[in-house]
Amino acid sequence: MKPQSTDELRETSRQMRIEILKMLNRAASGHTGGSLSAADIIAALYFRVLRHDPKDPSWPARDRFVLSKGHAAPALYTALALSGYFDRADLATLRQVGSTLQGHPDMRKTRGADASSGSLGQGLSIANGIAMGLRLDNSDANVYVLIGDGELQEGQIWEAAMTAAHYRLGKIIAIVDKNGLQIDGEVKNVMGVEPVDEKWRAFGWDVTEIDGHDFSQIVPALEAPRSKPATDRPSMIVARTVKGKGVSFFENQAKYHGVAPSSDELARALKELGE
Amino acid sequence: MGSSEVLKTPAEKDAALGTRDVYGEMLVELARHRSDIVVLDADLSGSTMTKFFAKEFPERFFNMGIAEQDLIGTAAGLALAGKNPFVSSFAIFASGRAWEQVRQALAYPALNVKVVASHGGICVGEDGASHQMLEDFALMRVIPNMRVIVPADGVEMREIMRTVVNEEGPFYIRTSRMKFPVLFPDGAGFKIGKGKVVRRGADLTIIAVGLMVSEALKASAVLAKKGISARVVNMSTIKPIDERLIEKCARQTGAIVTAEEHSVIGGLGSAVCEVTAARCPVPVRMVGIKDLFGMSGKSEELLACYGLQSADIIKAAQEVLKKK
Repeated sequence: MKPQSTDELRETSRQMRIEILKMLNRAASGHTGGSLSAADIIAALYFRVLRHDPKDPSWPARDRFVLSKGHAAPALYTALALSGYFDRADLATLRQVGSTLQGHPDMRKTRGADASSGSLGQGLSIANGIAMGLRLDNSDANVYVLIGDGELQEGQIWEAAMTAAHYRLGKIIAIVDKNGLQIDGEVKNVMGVEPVDEKWRAFGWDVTEIDGHDFSQIVPALEAPRSKPATDRPSMIVARTVKGKGVSFFENQAKYHGVAPSSDELARALKELGE
Repeated sequence: MGSSEVLKTPAEKDAALGTRDVYGEMLVELARHRSDIVVLDADLSGSTMTKFFAKEFPERFFNMGIAEQDLIGTAAGLALAGKNPFVSSFAIFASGRAWEQVRQALAYPALNVKVVASHGGICVGEDGASHQMLEDFALMRVIPNMRVIVPADGVEMREIMRTVVNEEGPFYIRTSRMKFPVLFPDGAGFKIGKGKVVRRGADLTIIAVGLMVSEALKASAVLAKKGISARVVNMSTIKPIDERLIEKCARQTGAIVTAEEHSVIGGLGSAVCEVTAARCPVPVRMVGIKDLFGMSGKSEELLACYGLQSADIIKAAQEVLKKK
């Protein structure tokens, strides 16, 4: 696929947001806030950074992407559909009986999904294992994994943080979608995770912090670690994001974590997105 | 050997072989010809016997530290990268601590990971209840896509390893700390999902697994002297269970005793009853741990305390015959 320019990425992520909101509204359930906060990062991955081929989802040399915060599945599904892994019309089947698009990613059902996820805290371990396996085969593929900031409360994340540093998994590039909110409210009030950057540094990772909605920061941050040797320190990108980004009345609202837009909200949201 | 004997009755002088020791040796043997095999452990390689593999193939061995959730998740990733991972820890941690990782990361996507958990059952001994896993058959067999296998002796473990290495998808295999009497001749033939009649009999069937197979053979020999002909089945695959054989035994002998080093809730006995209830209801008695935690002690003493010896099987057999 031809890598998109920053301007093209902006348009792609706008299209993704439109599709995300439409599919959530149609399903009448799902996770609006976290899908929108992750949309720009996922757009940058699939339309600029990842080495992948929608015609050959099991291409051995492809980069991998593990969506550890599996509830952002609508963002992944729209990126896969717009990339050409499956028909855009399939998006309308989200969360319906028999759909290839489950509420959380199912790699056995969704063409192009590299891993199943949904139970938080497990994706980094899986990504590490992929990176270990690829390294044994002398592959230079990179393994990207997107984690939520509330998800950092899961103990397994820190087990896996130790593993990536201990085994020097230089091809691991993790991103924290730090939108500051989780279902029950603000992360800092539910169970504080700060200082996120210092924690990962202390665990032996190379850490950068970016604005997770500014493609001029996202793209270089995702691309810089690609040249690292497979035995280097793992990379963490702490992306400051806004839950519900792109729709004013969804932004920074914890209550839209697991609530789909109503038809009225969808109409207003699409207007804001210029649709 | 009498005509009813397929396998002889184990005796004190018989050779004993550790199922975990065989596991460790087989990993090395298989890995010499299979570059896709990788092994992960969680700081117990000296006990699970993955240490032999670690020494021979250090680049393919990953010690994950005391972190069983990460252990399972990492194995899932290695399977996604096309490897053939064998994962080991104690049964309590592999099937208990990491249950949800086994469910979500291995079984749901049906990934090619073999969880080979050592120190199953009460015969862990002195470490006590915290380390005696008596619920793993139940926990593992309830998960879709999982297959659950327990060797009756070291020879069978060898065949299990030769078989599962070529099978895709997740497995849970339980080995033990205690050495088991050797029952089978080499090449006895293990098949996934197939139970095996190891002693012929007509009055009842003792369906046993793991260490209890040798106890069942002893029980059958004693019952024979009392004029009771007890068939013995080694049900080394707990899931998928051999429904046809269970039904056949129920029809032909009319009564069943199950025997397992596991809780009577949810394990082999439950699996057998699920089959008989639907296909051929017959009286069943379960020999197993009776909804209790374990405790410290010598293995043999604990097996006696918790009713897991041939005498307990004999008693259950006599009881179940009264219900026929």
